[in-house]
Amino acid sequence: MKRTLIAAALAASALTLPAAHATDFDVEITNLTNGIYFTPFLAAAHPAGTNLFVTGQPASANLQAMAEGGSIDGLVDDVTALGATFVANPASGLLPPAASTTFTLNTDGTTNDRLTIVAMLLPTNDAFAGLNAIEIPTEPGTYVYDVPAYDAGTEANDELLTGGGAPGAPGMPADPGGLTGTNGTGAATADTNTNVHIHRGALGDSDATGGSSDLDNRVHRWLNPVVRVTLTVR
Amino acid sequence: MSLIRSKLPAITKIVASALLIAGCSSSDDDPAPVPDPVPAPPATTTFEVTVSNLTNAQPLSPVAVIAHQDGYAVFTVGMPATVGLETLAEGGDNSALIGEADADALVLATASGTAPIGPAGSETITIEVLESELAGLLLSTSTMLVNTNDAITGSNGVAIGDMAVGDVMSQRTIAYDSGTEANTELAIQIPGPAGGGEGFNAARDDLADRVTMHTGVVSRDDGLAMSDLSGQHRFDNSVAAFRIERIN
Repeated sequence: MKRTLIAAALAASALTLPAAHATDFDVEITNLTNGIYFTPFLAAAHPAGTNLFVTGQPASANLQAMAEGGSIDGLVDDVTALGATFVANPASGLLPPAASTTFTLNTDGTTNDRLTIVAMLLPTNDAFAGLNAIEIPTEPGTYVYDVPAYDAGTEANDELLTGGGAPGAPGMPADPGGLTGTNGTGAATADTNTNVHIHRGALGDSDATGGSSDLDNRVHRWLNPVVRVTLTVR
Repeated sequence: MSLIRSKLPAITKIVASALLIAGCSSSDDDPAPVPDPVPAPPATTTFEVTVSNLTNAQPLSPVAVIAHQDGYAVFTVGMPATVGLETLAEGGDNSALIGEADADALVLATASGTAPIGPAGSETITIEVLESELAGLLLSTSTMLVNTNDAITGSNGVAIGDMAVGDVMSQRTIAYDSGTEANTELAIQIPGPAGGGEGFNAARDDLADRVTMHTGVVSRDDGLAMSDLSGQHRFDNSVAAFRIERIN
């Protein structure tokens, strides 16, 4: 450890790149849930001191668009402006339950020493998984991070499959698994906490053609963590 | 005292016979031959694994403890459970899982808890491996939450080979769904005291035949009308705590 740090410091001073991080690493993202899909992931290595979201703070408009409808276009603009090293949509679409996607990030010659990964949970109103600006390890090895589900706080968790995915539109945009019900009356009308917070979980019900929710309480609930991220630093 | 099913005896026998052969080659000219020394058994290392139940009302079935090298796993998220794991996950019987492990060349030793561990309870299970096998040693554990259809918890491949004598490692574990039985929450399919129903059934009728995170018990108190489980049986992560200590 110490020798590596000294070697890195010597290399950095020789190259006169004072804060440069040379890290080449593989990222594996695994959907741990039983019945939840993830919309396209955004994985970005970025400088310290920047965040795509902060718990207890309101979601940005671009985070809201991701959390409510799965669109990462706005967040891609954000991380591009930060000079981030990033991969957008590594799974080429949805990541089904228990599936994994793998890709490589190389931050050589940059100051991108923090890693953020986000994607929406589907079907939900505005739940997203978030690995929030963790420090990227530089020592070669394998590192495992368990990732919780957050509530963007921007939309009431009515749990109704209305197709509403645009920011501000109520309801859930889609159910890729085809296991939702219909004719729910609405599980909630507002979020008590309208800032980003740990999601309280889906409620669901056992009535496929009525009840308060269109979600199935045996399928669409989850317990944290919902995603596992494995970094392999070379 | 915990049951220990170890591959040590066979290995010990081989090493012992090798030493005996070496002992017989002493010189005939020696007037007062020193008696053959009793061959020292190969040095072993003992780990104590203490399992604590963190749930409200989910007894844990007797815990399977498996010491192994890289390449063996009790399960992999996204892959179907083995029949051994299915047998544990649906009925709390760890014998088939331990049998599968004992048959795997990458497994060095196995051990089992003696009895279910109730809420707030704990049990310490001992497992021994040869000191020569410490490099790259991994430890996996598995147990069922018995008031469920097929929920399990445990650790997967914790690296213990570098622990020094007296070192302690602690880990809290989460609940997985073995993916082998639908989460009906019906008493006839729950082997624990809340159900008294069937354990292992070879049919695989879950959402999909693969291990994932468990979604938790819903219960009749929280909206699953047909459930025979109550709000008492609900759980959240973590469900168990594992403490591993290297004894010698």
